[in-house]
Amino acid sequence: MDFLTLIQVLDSTIRLALPLLLACLAGLFSERAGIFDIGLEGKMLFAAFFSAAVAAMTGSVWLGLLAGIAASMVLSGIHGLASITFRGNQLISGVAINFLAAGLTVLIAQDWFQQGGRTPSLMGAGRFNPVTLPGALTKTVEIKEASAPMQLYSELLSGHSILVYLGLLCVPLTWWVLFRTRFGLRLRAVGENPAAVDTAGISVVRLRFAAVAICGLLCGIAGAYLSTALQAGFVKDMSAGRGFIALAALIFAKWRPWHALYACLLFGFLQALALRPDLITNLTGMTVQVQLLDALPYILTVVILAGFVGKAIPPRAGGEPYVKER
Amino acid sequence: MTPTDNETGRDTGPDTGPETTIQGEYDVDTIHVAPAIELRGISKAFGPVQANKDISIHVAKGTIHGIIGENGAGKSTLMSILYGFYKADAGEILISGKPVTIPDSQAAIAAGIGMVFQHFKLVENFSVLENVVLGAESGALLAPSLSKARRELTSLAKEYELNIDPDALIQDIGVGMQQRVEILKALYRRADILILDEPTGVLTPSEADQLFRILRRLKEEGKTIILITHKLREIMETTDTVSVMRRGEMTATVKTAETSPEELAELMVGRKVLLRVDKTPAKPGPTVLEVRDLNVTDAQGVQRVKGISFDIHAGEVLGIAGVAGNGQSELLEVLGGYETATGTVTVNGEQIDLTGAKSDARSRRERGIAHVPEDRQREGLIMDFHAWENAAFGYHHDEAYRSGLLMNNKAIWQDTEGKMERFDVRPPDPRLAAKNFSGGNQQKIVLAREIERNPELLLIGQPTRGVDIGAIEFIHQQIIALRDQGKAILLVSVELEEILALSDRIAVMFDGQIMGERMASETDERELGLLMAGVTDEKGAA
Repeated sequence: MDFLTLIQVLDSTIRLALPLLLACLAGLFSERAGIFDIGLEGKMLFAAFFSAAVAAMTGSVWLGLLAGIAASMVLSGIHGLASITFRGNQLISGVAINFLAAGLTVLIAQDWFQQGGRTPSLMGAGRFNPVTLPGALTKTVEIKEASAPMQLYSELLSGHSILVYLGLLCVPLTWWVLFRTRFGLRLRAVGENPAAVDTAGISVVRLRFAAVAICGLLCGIAGAYLSTALQAGFVKDMSAGRGFIALAALIFAKWRPWHALYACLLFGFLQALALRPDLITNLTGMTVQVQLLDALPYILTVVILAGFVGKAIPPRAGGEPYVKER
Repeated sequence: MTPTDNETGRDTGPDTGPETTIQGEYDVDTIHVAPAIELRGISKAFGPVQANKDISIHVAKGTIHGIIGENGAGKSTLMSILYGFYKADAGEILISGKPVTIPDSQAAIAAGIGMVFQHFKLVENFSVLENVVLGAESGALLAPSLSKARRELTSLAKEYELNIDPDALIQDIGVGMQQRVEILKALYRRADILILDEPTGVLTPSEADQLFRILRRLKEEGKTIILITHKLREIMETTDTVSVMRRGEMTATVKTAETSPEELAELMVGRKVLLRVDKTPAKPGPTVLEVRDLNVTDAQGVQRVKGISFDIHAGEVLGIAGVAGNGQSELLEVLGGYETATGTVTVNGEQIDLTGAKSDARSRRERGIAHVPEDRQREGLIMDFHAWENAAFGYHHDEAYRSGLLMNNKAIWQDTEGKMERFDVRPPDPRLAAKNFSGGNQQKIVLAREIERNPELLLIGQPTRGVDIGAIEFIHQQIIALRDQGKAILLVSVELEEILALSDRIAVMFDGQIMGERMASETDERELGLLMAGVTDEKGAA
């Protein structure tokens, strides 16, 4: 495998890791505040559909993005209402949201576009197109001829959609918010011991809703990325379990932002490998079944969730509604 | 009301009503200014239950005021109202003479009230500093808040002798230190009035003494302290005045110097109570339980019990003293049959299995070991099940409870009715769910179930935790009665007073080891307290 091929695989890794990363950070905010969210998947899907639909109708991908975020935040609001206000079971609420999104998206898509549950293909300003960084080469022929650092710059760093750069920026931002601000301190505290926050005179409910809202925002961007940047339009179930992989990555990362990035890159890499079965064959001389490669991220998910990767201690108050005692 | 420092104020009475009587009655020289806290006619009902009935109280500035009462007497409700957790149905709160409303904890903090809860409200994986700052940050960014708090903690430490490492994580420091963090939290928020709810429940005697030193120091600095407890000794040792609550009402407020533990107990319960356990010296018979080199390692791989050995004879109570979490619970669990261990344990000369199929609770019961677990609500009872069902658990295989393959519910029912009568369970209704009984009555149900099996050995953990004084008296009598029938009893309790009152011999556990063994008649709290703190026993461990 030559250097350029490696870079190409890494390039796909970044593209494929990004929705995982955004969803993972979304889950991080929510779970750090003590609200477990297995509805990441549903929120992404919901956002993917609404961004593609609005982008298709208006021709503006930015309006699409806003619509996606709004749609995801509506689901977040439902989750918040169920699990914070009414102190319901967070898992059940999450499952409900996943089903709701899976069903509603296809239903509305069929009603609006009559294309068998898809949206029309997005073109031009209806998509997030690759951003070419200054000085980067764009033509394949030119890249092939260029020096290694130039190849790295042009192929790996340049040529992603704006959402990729935004998503990567979210990692240090999340770290900073969590560990360097008052809001972050309170957010982490409310996920560990809401009673401590409550007796300090801070509203547990408001903090948790804020966390859930951020979760909705990030899931919204992740969904919009799926349908308007990674693909050109919405298809049924296009989130394809990414919300669950993001949850596994979150556990793998032990609820830490930088580790979330590494975990998501690992999953992204496995997904990228599955796209290039020829590489494995070339490298090892063995033909590995594509299906096996496709299954790798999910197998890793199961392994992680089964607790084989060290001890991951979730936020102590996670999953439990806060009931004022005494 | 304006502060007045004339002595005549006490004779003529200041202009506010309720104070007049209190000042006149109690002749407290320190009262020259408006009281730190005054409650007038506070009432609070939860549905049909009147938790607080027309409560008026008057806490003078710069004093330690005790509030004592049984569980469910309404102490906690009253303090929760003061801290903004509940809103009173009626009544007035005055802080330093000014009426205030306290709709939430923020308002309570703003009014200068700090609360140290029985169960600490700390974030375990945060540092001391972060816990102190939480909710009282000076801006949106953390760094300035933290450095400000660090400076402040240093000066508070100097002022009140409350030294602590600001960067230590809560989960790494002991409960005594954690409590200190709670106090610092309140002081950092400029609290003038500090409310402590059952503060010594988790402390060793020496830690408790240290806490009382801190409280006296705070008092000298002009802080007002309200101490809520059910321990008469603490009230007698530390407070200036004490209010007694019973069934939601304030039954009396007296100067501590002018009262006695007996009088307070009577005020709490509403009748004369025997504070001391009446018992004759033990007449130990043959060895019933023999434990040799017992080791217990928990699921996390931490060794909880480290090679302990001891004996219990028939007709004897062996008390295991120690601060919670030093291996006593694991010891009970092994003997009760739901934790595995290595070592040798024999009952009446026959070895019992410590691992494998025959090491379960049912086998233990068949060998004559009855167990009243430490946590009755989780291990002793199923809270949502009826009393009659709970009265049979663990013995539901019994022939008397069966008819063929089915349970003989009628027999269980009748047996429960008898148990409830003999053990004075109130209300005597077998159909009531366990959770609807008070702590003392829940314990009586468990006790009746275990004691009436006539066991060779009774394991009993924290027999009176969360149990009111009246029921404590009864439970203690039952334990001694069983001893006098020639049974062996292993008593585990974190209440040193209880250990001293009931035991014939006392072993002290620290860090999974027995630090020393003493005859109850030849030791005292001070000596046991040292052993509990891990101070090595010069006489050598047993």
